[in-house]
Amino acid sequence: MSESIITFNKVNKWYGNNFHVLRDIDLDVKQGERIVICGPSGSGKSTLIRCINRLEEHQEGHLTVDGVELTDDVKAIDDVRKKVGMVFQQFNLFPHLTVLENLTLSPMWVGKMPKKEAEEKAMEQLQRVRIAEQASKYPLQLSGGQQQRVAIARALCLKPKIMLFDEPTSALDPEMIKEVLDVMIEMANQGITMICVTHEMGFAKAVADRVIFMDEGQIIEQNNPHDFFNNPQSERSRDFLSKILGH
Amino acid sequence: MTAVTYQPIKARTAPINTEGPVAWLRLNLFGDWKTALGTVLIGALLLSVMPQFIDWALVRAVWVPNYDVCHAEGVGACWGVVAEKYRIILLGRYPFEEQWRPISSTALLLGLVVVSCMRAFWRSGLALLWVAVLAYFFTVMHGGVLGLSVVDTDRWGGLPLTIMLSTLCMAMAFPIALVVALGRRSNLPAIRSVCTVYVELVRGVPLISVLFMASFMFPLLMPQGVSIDVLVRVVAGITLFAAAYMAEVIRGGLQALPKGQVEAAATLGLSYWQTQRLIVLPQALAAVVPGIMNNFISTFKDTSLVTIVSLYELTGAMSLALNGDSDWRPFKIECYLFIAVIYFIFCFAMSRYSMWIEKQVNKSRLR
Repeated sequence: MSESIITFNKVNKWYGNNFHVLRDIDLDVKQGERIVICGPSGSGKSTLIRCINRLEEHQEGHLTVDGVELTDDVKAIDDVRKKVGMVFQQFNLFPHLTVLENLTLSPMWVGKMPKKEAEEKAMEQLQRVRIAEQASKYPLQLSGGQQQRVAIARALCLKPKIMLFDEPTSALDPEMIKEVLDVMIEMANQGITMICVTHEMGFAKAVADRVIFMDEGQIIEQNNPHDFFNNPQSERSRDFLSKILGH
Repeated sequence: MTAVTYQPIKARTAPINTEGPVAWLRLNLFGDWKTALGTVLIGALLLSVMPQFIDWALVRAVWVPNYDVCHAEGVGACWGVVAEKYRIILLGRYPFEEQWRPISSTALLLGLVVVSCMRAFWRSGLALLWVAVLAYFFTVMHGGVLGLSVVDTDRWGGLPLTIMLSTLCMAMAFPIALVVALGRRSNLPAIRSVCTVYVELVRGVPLISVLFMASFMFPLLMPQGVSIDVLVRVVAGITLFAAAYMAEVIRGGLQALPKGQVEAAATLGLSYWQTQRLIVLPQALAAVVPGIMNNFISTFKDTSLVTIVSLYELTGAMSLALNGDSDWRPFKIECYLFIAVIYFIFCFAMSRYSMWIEKQVNKSRLR
């Protein structure tokens, strides 16, 4: 593995005065690495990855993304956001724009790309997630799985170096989870750096280089998937795994 | 295993007829005993009132502008009063020999409003057209150039004044309202408090007092020798008043937008203004079209209050036309009905347009 692309150095974050949501996070993500973060709800997983593109601010410590340290500096934030794509649990597609317009929006307005070129590139991405025939529909006319694949295509249009997934399959009906995971697995095989908060342990086993287990704002344990699932070190992770794999 | 057999079933007609006027009557007027009772009561009320009204308004009515006929015994409505006074009602105190000026200006302005409402014309040239039409309106109405005699703003009146006031005030109040609504949600405390204080102050006083202040108090605060035309002050007053209310309606739409939309825009690298313009406002405004149209309609009707600062728009001009003429004063009610019809036509057009806009902006929500 090559050099680090994301570095957390003693990062702390609080919501209000008393809710210490991230506690002394130290984490080093290598270029091209695929990481799955799991843990019980409220453990700070989402907050952790939302710090990477500054949807949340950390209050202590240093967080560097592709050589840029995240501070209040708006320009640094813009720089980082251009390199980081994100997929949300609730898709967050823009309902008033067609699928194609959702994809071309950022390339045209932020990247100043001509409309025609942006549309061609967007169609390529839609083909990649196998949904090109829906390009002229509005998001709410699609199923949840289709919407999430559009959201992935939208993030890919920015040619990000890093992709963040915040529980991408948690809001989906069971029969739609697979179509989204298939797209994600395909992406994982193309060398993009991925950080994925998910409880899909099958996905973790299939693609992750490393599984990180969080609880109460701390990274409790990190290991390769094989060792993590077969031989969890801490009591807390054993308990968690028994609950999610127990049925 | 027995073979599955089935008998094809022929299509039948519905047991109860659901189409046609009879079905409509049954469904809407006599659906159950409560609706039936309502229908009967309202029907009885109409039957007891309408014949008299029709008798008064149509059968015994006088249509000629003849004072003696109108005053005769047993005569109903005297619509002649409208024929006699319509020019003052519609144009106020504007000099009659110059009446082509308000008529052409208002026709142009109305045409512009209609054009602006049509999707085919929503392009950048429209702004230029607005500038041109407003320039024509004020130049021609006021005169003083091109050999036109000067007509001071205090002689402007009637429908042209109503339409100009409402068009101008709505057109200016809308962008102000947008900025104030966004300002109230700003992260910067200074901007937020200025916007909040403005909205709360304006909402705390009635429009009449705003107009009084604009008309009578404001000049006292100006340095000697500086005077701003009363019409300008009134336009500013109504605009600021309408903007405060509209800002709150728009803010309602902003609040309703899920936070994820802004987050998604942020992750795509859109700037604050790009996010507002491309993501937030289109959705927020679409959600509050009925509320905004409410504001527009009430602003249109509120312009009738400028009478109290001696600007005689439609309602004021109507009073002016009759109050000074004791012969025709008894027939004020006919004139009120006449201007009521005019107000209704405009307001009804606005609400129909609002329905069309709602359909347009909600197309993406149709499955």
